[in-house]
Amino acid sequence: MLSNTFVDDASSTLNPLIKAFYESIRDLLPIVVVIAFFQLLVLQQPFPGLLKMLGGLLLVVLGLTLFVHGLRIGLFPIGENMAYDFARKGSLPWLLLFAFALGFGTTVAEPALIAVANEAAEVAANGGMIAATDQAKESYADGLRLTVALSVGFAIVLGVYRIVRGWPIQYLIIGGYLGVVVMTIFAPREIIGIAYDSGGVTTSTITVPLVTALGVGLASSISGRNPMIDGFGLIAFASLTPMIFVMAYGILL
Amino acid sequence: MQWLSEFAEILLDTLSDVLPIAAILFGFQFLVLRRKVRHLKRILAGFLLVILGLAFFLMGLEQTLFPVGKLMAQQLTDPQFLGIDVEAFRDNIATQWASYYWVYLFAFTIGFSTAIAEPSLIAVAIKASDVSGGSINPWGLRIAVALGVALGISLGAFRIITGTPLHYYIISGYIVVMLQTLFAPRSIIALAYDSGGVSTSTVTVPLVAALGLGLSATVPGRNPMLDGFGMIAFACLFPIMSVMGYAQLGTWYARRQQQAIEE
Repeated sequence: MLSNTFVDDASSTLNPLIKAFYESIRDLLPIVVVIAFFQLLVLQQPFPGLLKMLGGLLLVVLGLTLFVHGLRIGLFPIGENMAYDFARKGSLPWLLLFAFALGFGTTVAEPALIAVANEAAEVAANGGMIAATDQAKESYADGLRLTVALSVGFAIVLGVYRIVRGWPIQYLIIGGYLGVVVMTIFAPREIIGIAYDSGGVTTSTITVPLVTALGVGLASSISGRNPMIDGFGLIAFASLTPMIFVMAYGILL
Repeated sequence: MQWLSEFAEILLDTLSDVLPIAAILFGFQFLVLRRKVRHLKRILAGFLLVILGLAFFLMGLEQTLFPVGKLMAQQLTDPQFLGIDVEAFRDNIATQWASYYWVYLFAFTIGFSTAIAEPSLIAVAIKASDVSGGSINPWGLRIAVALGVALGISLGAFRIITGTPLHYYIISGYIVVMLQTLFAPRSIIALAYDSGGVSTSTVTVPLVAALGLGLSATVPGRNPMLDGFGMIAFACLFPIMSVMGYAQLGTWYARRQQQAIEE
């Protein structure tokens, strides 16, 4: 009997961790299978350094497990708690300022965005839109980065205001689509591809959980809002406005 | 010792990503809200885990899947491997689009599998399942999103091979999304719109960008500077359709079962 309860105790503390580890393995299994299939069967080449490969995969699984756990105990609670506190404070200007700071601040230093902005400067220089000097390219890339960060700040402000007011999301998104279509007509051809891609690269792995928790927290603490209908949608704005803003940047420059 | 400096570099990158966010959160918490943070220690531990976890995750990917996957994207798009006579079809390569079948299969499977491994999609799926009280199955949602990404990336590859303008595809996609919005259950709409931006992050972007660059560099008449872009836009748009489609299927199935019971 005694040994039984001991085993139960041990498994109840170990179980969540083992379960999380197992879930991470399951999440990563498809990509490992795909890469192995193409490497071994289609390209018929061996894996370079199998031992290093296995070590690396262990790191990936461990990293994902820690990240998801940290999400549950850190990022989700603070995002939601701050949403409750802002709702209780009842000051809309402060809430919107916070929304802007969160959108702008998380985007301006985003490594993926820096890479895309540099590529865009390269394209612009090749297309003769700007001088092909390092200085011109750098100022173009910086301007673009700032534009995208501003647009994400604006997106989160708009999204939060929508949650507070309870506007249906589809009208705003469809309006945004129309904006994209209209800008596409006027934007220089070279910038269109980059503009369309910039929507996807702005929302990083840390921003997404935080912003989602903020939206859901706000929608559940304001009476009359449904977290499912009103809480989501902030990311959608953050991936739509950069497309419009980047094309505007291309037109104005 | 080399891996240690490599790890330090990645950790520093992740820190510089997290620090501005932490500064904004705690700045507003202490200066504007002026409330004690509940479970401060637990939250700080969570931040530490997120930083460490993301650094491990990225370092492991850089050591294993990224280099092999990027090289693979180059090799698979090589006309010699595909058995395409580039010289003969220099002016009308679009007619040879079907010979690129390995590329489509790679695009589909890599799009699906990277979306499943994407940490931000995992995060949103957890949240959606919590908020909906379990009526949204996190796996159902993730598989719907991953299928959307897979379709999007394959179509993106087809577009680069045929050299058709990106905005035709995107604008047609918008029209489909608008039509679906009219018929989709209200509670899924916001989540579906979100799933577009969520699916393209840490794992998907590097591999998919490598595929786009590889294709636009090897298909004759394409310019990597102009045609290499657009894959991410496809990967952002199609999950919106697939998630709404998934919800529509769900309600259709529920209604049919309801009818079967009534009869």
